[in-house]
Amino acid sequence: MRRFRPLDHLILLLGAAFLLAPVLMAFLSSTHAAADIHMNGLYLTPGTEGLATYKKVLTQKGGFTGEVTGARMALNSLILGLGFALGKLIVSMLAAYGLVYFRFRFATPIFWGIFTTLLLPLEVRIMPSYQVMSQLGALNTTWGLIVPLLASATGTFYFRQFFKSVPDELLEAARIDGAGPWRFFAGILVPLSRPMMAAIFIIMFVYGWNQYLWPMLMTTDERFFTLMRGIKTILQVWVGSQIPDYNEAFALAVLAMLPPLGVVIVFQRLFVKGLTESDK
Amino acid sequence: MTASPQTAAPPAKQAQFDHRWTPWAFVAPQLLIVAIFFYWPSVQAVTSSFYLEDPFGFGASFVGLDNYREALGSAEYRQIAGFTAFFAATVTALALGLGLLLAVKADAVLRGAGAYKTALISVYAIAPPVVGLIGMMMFDMHIGPFTRAAALIGWDLKVGIDYWDTAIALITVAVWKQIPYNFIFFLSGLQAVPAAVREAARIDATSRWRQFRDVTLPLLAPTAFFLLVINITYALFDTFGIIDVMVKDKPANNPITLVYKVYLDGFKGNDIGGSSAQSVILMVVVATLTLAQFRLIERRVHYG
Amino acid sequence: MMAALTLESLGKTYAGGTTAVSDVSLAVADGEFIVLVGPSGCGKSTLLRMVAGLEEISTGTVTIGDRVVNRLEPAERDIAMVFQNYALYPHMTVRENMSWGLRNRRIPAAEIAARVEEAARMLELQAHLDRKPRALSGGQRQRVAMGRAITRQPAAFLFDEPLSNLDAKLRVTMRGEIRKLQKRLGTTALYVTHDQLEAMTLADRLVVLNGGKIEQVGRPLEVYHRPASTFVAAFIGAPAMNLMDARIEAGRLMLAGVDLGAVDSGPRMVTLGIRAEDLRLRAAGGLPFRLDGIEELGATRLVHGFLEDQPLCLSLPSGADLPAGLHLGADPAAWHLFDTLTGKRLPSALHPAARSRIAAGADPLS
Repeated sequence: MRRFRPLDHLILLLGAAFLLAPVLMAFLSSTHAAADIHMNGLYLTPGTEGLATYKKVLTQKGGFTGEVTGARMALNSLILGLGFALGKLIVSMLAAYGLVYFRFRFATPIFWGIFTTLLLPLEVRIMPSYQVMSQLGALNTTWGLIVPLLASATGTFYFRQFFKSVPDELLEAARIDGAGPWRFFAGILVPLSRPMMAAIFIIMFVYGWNQYLWPMLMTTDERFFTLMRGIKTILQVWVGSQIPDYNEAFALAVLAMLPPLGVVIVFQRLFVKGLTESDK
Repeated sequence: MTASPQTAAPPAKQAQFDHRWTPWAFVAPQLLIVAIFFYWPSVQAVTSSFYLEDPFGFGASFVGLDNYREALGSAEYRQIAGFTAFFAATVTALALGLGLLLAVKADAVLRGAGAYKTALISVYAIAPPVVGLIGMMMFDMHIGPFTRAAALIGWDLKVGIDYWDTAIALITVAVWKQIPYNFIFFLSGLQAVPAAVREAARIDATSRWRQFRDVTLPLLAPTAFFLLVINITYALFDTFGIIDVMVKDKPANNPITLVYKVYLDGFKGNDIGGSSAQSVILMVVVATLTLAQFRLIERRVHYG
Repeated sequence: MMAALTLESLGKTYAGGTTAVSDVSLAVADGEFIVLVGPSGCGKSTLLRMVAGLEEISTGTVTIGDRVVNRLEPAERDIAMVFQNYALYPHMTVRENMSWGLRNRRIPAAEIAARVEEAARMLELQAHLDRKPRALSGGQRQRVAMGRAITRQPAAFLFDEPLSNLDAKLRVTMRGEIRKLQKRLGTTALYVTHDQLEAMTLADRLVVLNGGKIEQVGRPLEVYHRPASTFVAAFIGAPAMNLMDARIEAGRLMLAGVDLGAVDSGPRMVTLGIRAEDLRLRAAGGLPFRLDGIEELGATRLVHGFLEDQPLCLSLPSGADLPAGLHLGADPAAWHLFDTLTGKRLPSALHPAARSRIAAGADPLS
C-alpha cells in the first residue's frame, strides 16, 4: 500500500501551475481591454471585453495591406495542417510499404536515401530550400507551402516500424487468399494501420499547424498568412505604439494554440501512444 | 536484481513480394520529394558555401574555404556558438531534470494521477512562436508577472535590453515548452518497468531514494539517453520561433543561437555564401548528434 | 476437388548456404492425413512452406493433383493453410475472414455465403460470424482459421502447428475435431507439429524429420514399435525409450555385465532400446537397478534410476514403496537393437519373438 505523500502532490501542483498559468493568463487577459492590461498587468480573472476582442481579431482586416483577417489566417493554418498531415500519411505509408514488403534491387540505397533526411532538419538548409522554391516558382502557393515539408521521413520511419511489427503470417495468409501487392495493401494493411494512422495524423496536423519559419519565408502574399505568421506581424505593428494591443495579441495566441491544446487533451491517449511507441 | 526479460527486436520481414516494378510505384512519391526538396537544397548549400555571391545578383565567384574561415574566425560567430552551447546545455539539463522529477512524482501518486498527467502534458503541442509570445508577455517590462516578481526582490529585469536578462527569459520559456515532452517519455518509461521489478525493489530497498537510484534510474537510462539527444536538437533548432518572437528582430544586443544567425545572415544580410557555410557547419553538428542517437536507439533494443 | 500430393527429392538451401531440407521424397495419397514431426529446426515448417509456395524450392518438384506447382503463386496452388498464430485478419469479422479469399477469386456471392454457412455450421461458429477475432477465445479463433481453410475447398490442407497456442485441454479436443473434420471432408492434409503425441493421434502416416532429412515414414504404431533409428526411438513415445550401450558377445546380448539372452548376430557394440513400459521387476537375478526417484502420475508411476551408470526409466502401476535396490528384466520381444555408430535399426539382429509383436498391436499410449 502506498501512503498519501503531501510533498509529491505539492511538487506536482507547482509543476502544473508553472505549465498552465501562462496559458491561463493569456486566455483570461485576452478578455480584458488593452488599457487595463497596460495599467494592471496580466489577469487571472475573466474580463468583459472578450467577445468584442475575438470578433475584432477574427474579422478585422489587418496586416500591412489590410487584406487578411484572423479567420482567414486560421483557415490557412487549417489548410496547412490538414494538407500536411494528409500528404504525410499518403507519401509515408506508400514508401514504408514499398520498403518493408518488397524484395527488390536498390532497396538498401533507397532506404538510406530516404532516412538520411532524418539527420537534417529543415532549419539548417532553409536558405537553399528557399532558393530552390523560388526557382520552381512555388513562392506564395499552397503546394509550395506543404510539399517541401514532406521531405523529412519521420512518417515513413513510424510506418516502417509499425509494418515490421505486423506478423509475417498475415501476408502469407493473404497471398494464399489470392491477394497481390495492391489488394494486400488496401484490403489488409491499411485497415490494420487505422489506429496508427490516426495517431500520426493528429501528430502531423499539429506539426503542420505549428509551422513558423517555412511559411514565413514562403509567403509574402498576405492572403497566404497563417496564424503563426500573424503573430509575427502583430508584434511588428507594435513597435512604436503607445499602448500595444495586448488583448488582441493574446486572442491571436489563444486561437493559434487552441487546436494543439485541444488535440493533446482530447486525444491524449492516442497522442501519447503514437509518440512513445513510434518515436523510439 | 533480476534483469528484465529481453524483448528481441522485430526481425526483418521474411515474407515479402518478389515484384520487379511495383515497389518503385510505392516509393516513387517519397523519393521524388526527397530528391527535390532535400538533396537538391542540401547540395546547393554545400556548393554555395564555396562561393561569394554578389548581393545585387551579378553572379558569384569561387572563394574556396573563405566562407568557412570567415565564419569560424569571426569573434561574433564564436560568441554566438558559445551562447548556443550554453543555451542548449542549460535548457537540456533543466527540461530533463524537471520532466523527470514530475514524471517520478506523477508515477508515485495514486489520487489524481490522471488529472496531473493531463495538466502536465496539455501544453506540449503549443507552437514555439506562440510560446515565445506568451513568454514575452510574462517577461514584459511593463506588464510581465515575472518582471514584477523580480522587482519585489529588487531585481530590475530588462528583457529585450539586457543581454543576460533576455537569456534567462529565453531559457525559462524554452524549458517551459519542453517539460511536457520529457514528462511524457519519462512517465511511459517508468510505467514500462514491470510490476514485479517494482515490487522486488520495494522489498529490497531500504528507502525510496535508494529504490529510485539503484533500480528506477538505471532502467530509465535508455529513455534518458534518447531524450538527451532530442532535447539538444530541440534547443538548437526548434527554439527558432521562440527566439524570433522574443528578440523581436533586434538581435543586436540580444542573445541568439547559430540557427538564428544562419537565418539573419542569409535573409536579412543577403550573405548567401556565409550563411550556407554556417548551414553546412550546423549540418555536420546535427548529423553527428543524430547518428549518435541512432546508435543509442540500437543499444536501447538490448536494454529490453 | 481432391488430389494426391507428391514431393520429389525436394531440397532447400538458403542464400547463406544453410541447407534446411534435403532430398525429401514423399507420395501422399488422396485424402491421406500426413503429419510431419520433428524437433525445432528439423525443416518440417520449411518443407510445408515450400509446398504452400511461401518458400522458394531450391531443388526437386512438388506436384499437387497432376500439376507441378513449383513456379505457381500460393493462391494458384489450390491449397489452404492454417497458421500457428492463425493469421486471422484482425479488422475483419469471422464471416469476412472466411470469405475474403473467395471474393478475391471472384466466386459468386451466393456460393460464398453458402460455403461460409456450411463451414460455420460444421465448426459451430454460426453465433460468432459477425464478431471480430479479438472478441473470440483461442479455441474459437482456431476454428475460424479452420473455417477459412474449409471454405476454400482446396486440394490439400496445410497445417503449421495449428494447436500449439492452445492450452493442453483444448488441444486434445481440437485434435479430435481436426481429425474428424478431415476424414469427413476427405481432403488431403499435411500437418506440421513438434508434439509427438499430436503426431501419433492425428496421422494416417507419420514423417519423422531430422536435420532436413526424412528419418522414417510409417503408420504411427509402426513407427512406435519399429523405430528406424535411435533418433526416432527417442523422439516418438513418452517417456522416451531407454537407450543403453550394450554388447553382443558370442551370440548373447550383454548389458551391464548381465547376459540378457540370445541374439542373431556376430560380436559388436550395439545400442539397446527398451520402452519404459516393457521393463519388468524381477524378484532376483536380471539387471541390478539403483532407484533414484519416482514420479507419481496417478494410475502409473515413472521410476527413475541407474543401471550401473546408465540412466533408465520404467513405468509401473502405482503401488507400495519400492526398495532402493531392484532387479529388472525385459521380454526379448521388446528389445530394439541399433547400430551404435549410425544409430540405424538392426532388424536382423532381433530375436524372432520381437518380430511378431508388431502384429499384436499393443496400445502405444498406455
